[in-house]
Formats: sequence, structure tokens, C-alpha cells
Amino acid sequence: MFALYKKEMRSYFTGTIGYVFLVLYLALGGAVFCYTTLYSMSSDVTPFYTYMLIASGVILPLLTMKSFSEERKIKTEQLLMTAPISIKGMVFGKFLAAYTMFAGAMIFNSLYFIVLNYYAVVKFWILFGNLISILLVGMAFISIGLFVSSLTENQLAAAVGTIAIIFFFLMIGLLSSLLPSNYFLRYILNFISIFTRFQGFVNGSFDIASIVYYLSVSGVFLYLTIRVYDRRRYE
Amino acid sequence: MIKAENLVKRYGTNYALNDVSFTIEEGEIVGLLGPNGAGKSTAMNILTGYLSCTSGKATIDGIDMLENPLEAKKLIGFLPEQPPVYPDMTVIEYMNFIYELKGCTLERERHIDEILASVKLLDVKNRLIKNLSKGYKQRVGIAQALVGDPKVVIFDEPTVGLDPKQILEVRNLIRSLGKKHTVILSTHILAEVQAVCERIIIINKGRIIANEKTEDLTKTIEEGFRYKVKISGPQAEVTDGLKSIRGVKTVTPTGERDADSYAYVIEADRGIDARKPIFSLCSSKNWPILGMNPVGTDLESIFIRLVDRANGETVTKDSKRRKAH
Repeated sequence: MFALYKKEMRSYFTGTIGYVFLVLYLALGGAVFCYTTLYSMSSDVTPFYTYMLIASGVILPLLTMKSFSEERKIKTEQLLMTAPISIKGMVFGKFLAAYTMFAGAMIFNSLYFIVLNYYAVVKFWILFGNLISILLVGMAFISIGLFVSSLTENQLAAAVGTIAIIFFFLMIGLLSSLLPSNYFLRYILNFISIFTRFQGFVNGSFDIASIVYYLSVSGVFLYLTIRVYDRRRYE
Repeated sequence: MIKAENLVKRYGTNYALNDVSFTIEEGEIVGLLGPNGAGKSTAMNILTGYLSCTSGKATIDGIDMLENPLEAKKLIGFLPEQPPVYPDMTVIEYMNFIYELKGCTLERERHIDEILASVKLLDVKNRLIKNLSKGYKQRVGIAQALVGDPKVVIFDEPTVGLDPKQILEVRNLIRSLGKKHTVILSTHILAEVQAVCERIIIINKGRIIANEKTEDLTKTIEEGFRYKVKISGPQAEVTDGLKSIRGVKTVTPTGERDADSYAYVIEADRGIDARKPIFSLCSSKNWPILGMNPVGTDLESIFIRLVDRANGETVTKDSKRRKAH
């Protein structure tokens, strides 16, 4: 697993994907930071993380689109599947590599607020709530990306498919606002919606149910990825 | 060392492998031979744990591939049909990755250098794999299989894409591997198994149709007298004359001719050597014999005959079944 993690990390930086991701994410982070704090004369951290959450939905699939589809296309999958590592180890190795990239970039983005602290009062507890929340959501997004990538040889299809699923989870909360009368369905939609749950965090309330929810989404998609590979051996 | 018991691999109603069993002893070099689509790759993929079988059992050194895949995979080095290389790595980076992936504990630098030297890759070890030619990539694939000094080495068509000189080198390499490792290789090039393997397993349409020592296979298949003779003389008369020789079954003109000489394939019954009577006949009629060679004793035609025979058997079985209905 560790060998694969190292290989993935290196391949982010020997290829272009790692740089493209970092440039996009950091540049966007900087711009969003300026827009939400300096421009609007505010030290509120919440808008920053809300925008970054939506941006992550589009940019994170960049990290995962290649993960399995590329291995399948260039036939190195056979190497991994016949090496003495488990499918679980293979999936987690790739997950950790993508997650390191994301978490690194996200934490770096959050450092701006330290600078801001010299000029205004930053509520660090709310910042931590937001940061932890977005790091958890990132786990879910990356797991979704890995799962979709394991289904196809085509990187572009993997990226688009991932974005579609992520936005389904993000936007489903908006759908619930269109259903004022049917309370029960609305409750379910809000339950699934990543965005609605995220808003609980941004107000600084530490919601155990949401943490469990994010971890479960991540766990389910990682499990499905493992199943895809298990299953393929029988086909 | 390797044991396959009643392997079956079914895709829907198609059988890629149908009840395949064989054992391979330690230190043997065995060739898996068969036409394209016969099930060679499927068999290898099952032995290496890439695919699992519909039913049956594959064990490596007594370890069941399905029950204990991680332990079994440690014993195997595998070169799939397409070399599984990462184009964006250099050869040495790739070898280091494989070393870590396999959890190898041998002394790293020396081990990798030894392997690279044995497949003659030392001078390209700092080049990106994507810039290497097909032959070099294939050798990187072979090198990868040797990392960790596995007891069993499985090569799926190892000489595809190599030039004749490289093919000879790879064959020599495989032969030398046979001293320390158990080797299985698949190919549809017959000369290759004849040159390298001690034993041949022939697969056709998912079934084993022969499993014998290379030299035995050549012997047991020989069927009677079969010669190609080139005779200068009028074709019709010569054909009739040859047919009148005792024991000759068929005389078939091959259609080859130059000037006034024609070539014929003459088949006679088992145990009859028709060379002398042919000579006497021709000399009495004054038809000079320009050439005489045995045909159909090389592996190529044995193979074709075996495959034809196996196909014929399934055809007759099918028609019998149809009649029974």
C-alpha cells in the first residue's frame, strides 16, 4: 500500500495533473479569499469555505480521474492485481495519495486567515469547524471520484461522471426547498444533501451526525470500488 | 510446484477453459501452446490470480490461489500479454516501485542491477519507459517479473515484438531461468517451445489436447510415411505410376512445377518405406527424381494435425449428439 502511495504521489508531480490541481486550487483559494474577506471588508470565514466547497466539487475530480482508469488503459492493472497486495491496500493507497494533495492544498489555503488575524478578529473556532468539515467532505468527494474512475478507461468520462455525482449530492438540498408541502421527502433530501449538512458546520456547531454521514459516504464509495475490482476477477 | 485441477472459466455460455488440469514440477520449463483465443492467457491469468475460475482449483507450491492469494502471489513473477509498464517512469524508478510493491527484502541495488544486466537494460536504466522501443519495453516487463526472485515465473508471449536477435537472447534467458525457477510460457510460435521448453501443453478451444515431453510429442505423432517428391516427367503418368506402388495410399500433386518437373506428396501406410520402390519405378521409366523430403514431422504440422483432430472430434461428437436427438 505504501509503495503505491509513493508511486501515486510521484505521478502527480512527474505528470501535469498535480501541478494543474495545485495551481487551480491555490489560485482560486487566493481569489476567493480576497473576494470574501478583503473585498467585502469582513473577517467571516464561512463564505470562503462555502465557495471552496463548490470549487472542490469541480477541481477534485482532476485528482481522481486518472487513478484507476489510467491503470486499466495502459494495462498496469494486471500488475497491481497480481502483485502481493490486497485490493483494499490498492484502493487505500490511491485514496491516501489523492487525499494528501487535497488536504495539503486546503490547509495551505487556510493559512491566509492567520495573516488576516493581524488586521481583524478571526473566529478560529468557526474556522476549525469549517476546515474539519471541508476536509471530511473532501474524503467523500475523493471516494466518489475513485469509484467512478474504477468503472471506466476514459479519464474524461471519469471526471464528468464524478462531477455529476458530486453535484447531485450538493444540489439535492436546493431541490428540497422546492417541496414545501411534503415534509417527509424534504427531510430525506436534506439528509442526503452534503450542502445542507455543511451549513450546520459553518455556524460553528459540531455535528456528530454529519461527521458520521461524511465518513459513511466515503466508506460506501471506497467499498464499492473494492467490490468493482473483486467482481471483475469473476467476469 | 504448480497444480491446476479441473479449471473451468465460463463467460455466459462460452467456455474459455473447460476442465483443464495439469501439474508442473519444480524447475521445469513448460510451454503453453495454442492458436489465438485458445485459452492460454485465461489459464495464465487464473494461475496468477488476476482472474478467478468458475470452478476448479489452482495451487502454487501447495498454496491455494483463491484461499490465500497474497501468499501465493508472492511466489509468482508474471509478465502479462502487454508489458505492464508506466510510461512516465524511468526504468530504474519503475524497478524500484516494483521492488517496493512486491515487498522485496533482497539487497535492493544489487538485486535490481543483476536483473537489469540479465535482460540487458543497464544502459537505458535512466530513460523514460515511454521513449523505449517495443523490444525494450518487453524486456522491462520481463525484468519486472524477476524482481524478488520468485519461485515461479509466468510469461505470456514473451518474445512478441522483439527482433530475431532479441528473441534468441530472451530464449537463452528463459533457459537459464529454468535452472532456478519453474517457468511457464505461452506462445503460438512453435519453434519457440521446441527450442526452450522441456514439456509442451497444447490447448485448443479451452481444452488440453496434448501434454507431453517435447521429444515424445514429435515421436508419438509421426504417422506413417509422408514424403514430398519432385519428379521430372509427364504428370498424369507419374501419378498413376506412383499409385501402383504397393502400400502407397495417396499421391497428390502439389501444383508446384518448374520446366517439366512436378512435385507430389506421397503418403503410404504406417511401417512402409516407399522410397526404394519410388526410386526403382522412376529409374525404369527414366523420370529423374529431383528431390525427396519428408514432410509433416516438424512441430508445426503436428500442431495443426492435433488441432484439426481435436476439432474433428468435437464436430463428430456434435453430429452424434444431433443424431441422437
